[in-house]
Amino acid sequence: MSLEVNIRKQLGTFTLNVSFSAQNEVLALLGPSGCGKSMTLRCIAGVERPDAGRIVADGRVLFDSARNIDLPPQQRRVGLLFQNYALFPNMTVEQNLAAGLGWAGRNSPLVAEYLHRFRLEGLEHHLPRQLSGGQQQRAALARMLITRPALLMLDEPFSALDAHLRWELEQEVLAITRSFGGTTLLVSHNRDEVYRIARSIAVYGQGTIDRVGEKWELFRHPRTAVTARLTGCKNIAPARWGQGQAAVPDWGLTLAAPAPEEPANCVGLRAHYLQAVSRPGENVFPYEVVSSIEDTFSVILMVRPVDAPRARPIRWELSKADYAALPPGQLVRIPPEALMPLTDPAS
Amino acid sequence: MAEVLDVLRDLDWSPLWISLKTGAVATVLCFFLGLWAARGVLKLRPRARAVVDGILTLPMVLPPTVAGFFLLLVFSLRRPFGGWLFENFGLKVVQSWAGCVIAASVIAFPLMYRNARAAFEQVDVNLIYAGRTLGMSEGAIFWKVVIPNAGPGIAAGTILTFARALGEYGATAMLAGNIAGKTGTISQKIAMVIQNGDYLTAGIWVVIVLVIAFAIVAAVNLISAKKEKNPKRW
Repeated sequence: MSLEVNIRKQLGTFTLNVSFSAQNEVLALLGPSGCGKSMTLRCIAGVERPDAGRIVADGRVLFDSARNIDLPPQQRRVGLLFQNYALFPNMTVEQNLAAGLGWAGRNSPLVAEYLHRFRLEGLEHHLPRQLSGGQQQRAALARMLITRPALLMLDEPFSALDAHLRWELEQEVLAITRSFGGTTLLVSHNRDEVYRIARSIAVYGQGTIDRVGEKWELFRHPRTAVTARLTGCKNIAPARWGQGQAAVPDWGLTLAAPAPEEPANCVGLRAHYLQAVSRPGENVFPYEVVSSIEDTFSVILMVRPVDAPRARPIRWELSKADYAALPPGQLVRIPPEALMPLTDPAS
Repeated sequence: MAEVLDVLRDLDWSPLWISLKTGAVATVLCFFLGLWAARGVLKLRPRARAVVDGILTLPMVLPPTVAGFFLLLVFSLRRPFGGWLFENFGLKVVQSWAGCVIAASVIAFPLMYRNARAAFEQVDVNLIYAGRTLGMSEGAIFWKVVIPNAGPGIAAGTILTFARALGEYGATAMLAGNIAGKTGTISQKIAMVIQNGDYLTAGIWVVIVLVIAFAIVAAVNLISAKKEKNPKRW
């Protein structure tokens, strides 16, 4: 199952203009809310109409503005799991599952099979509002899969769930996407969720795709400030990259760093990669703590060089054990290989 | 008191049956037309929607006599369409019960249409989208998803439509006239007996109308309050 998408849609002052392709894999669309991820899914499903572009699934043209093709959603064979699940509130679980099977649906053996597969037995005659959040999600997944879609699309599937349920349902979704085998698109704004479920990621900026690639590559080399931020990089600052070093005025530091492969005007540093040391050396500086915040299993320190009192603090995250064992002398090292060259058109 | 009983004994009940029959038939007509119009309007683009919505709502804001004027323009036997209907099908709308139904339907239609539209707009559009991605036909989505979920609003609209059709006066008087036992509705009966100074008969009909009207309003309130488990109070 291959998918090629290239669409443009104007929404007031906001323009969605994206293109990507996917081949039998889980592709995550990662981005902040309001960046056009959900609209992309809706255009592929056919419930929203792009202004221009082309959508091809497995060689079938679903939409092509140049050739005036616009298949109705009923003929696209695309499964879309809505953010709030959109179960029909007036129908029982059983009727919801049968809704997509046509007039003979209620008597189809498929309904019983899917009720069993999604552990909904005993809930057949319940209305959606009588189900828990997890049961609602399973019912919505069953209703979508029973119609045998050629492409799965999940729109923020866990956002409506309590935190303790997320993990369990994430495992379930992961199993479904594996057994499905075709192309799955997952919309999310949660980088951890995306990293666990997807193989490839398309990072959205405002209405455009900033970068697409395999997750390992994107998390290790984000290359742009937008992608760095969305993959969870907490320290991003303008930088002048020179021979073997990077000058970062915001931090009040000039640091040894490998020369970037491409021109860069920013630097990124993940909060976990700072190291406490006891001896001076390369990229080691004495720091002062501007503030410290205790998190569940870690401590977040906002630090800056002692000799740069006006510098913007750097976020440093370390486990509680490491925090308790901080050596005296207040020296911190920034490993040169931890400095990520980034481009940011805004700076 | 004896006078009241005397009048009641000799009362011609035909206005009640004519009004109820007119109201019932007009409500059925308005129900389907109103749902159909509301569904159509929601598929239009915003600008076209404003224009069409305005036209469909006009009978509600115009004086009923203005609607009666237009209805006469269409159905009078001296006009092309009315004459054609009579010559080819023997159908006579003016001065007939059909006129009562048409006048009541035209005046009451906007209530059905507007309530249906408001009820449809309350239905989460994602339910419609979900139905489409599941491969349900547009008809199945409308009857199995939209209508049940818009239920209370549509029921309230239907009852209000019936109430409006039941009491229609102005357009009915112009199109159907006031023929006792044929087109003489309660409203027209009240107007007529008042002109003769017969306040007692008028009063009896007024009480009947009040009872029906109150029952209708109470029914609407019960239907719309039913869904709320924990009604909010100010």
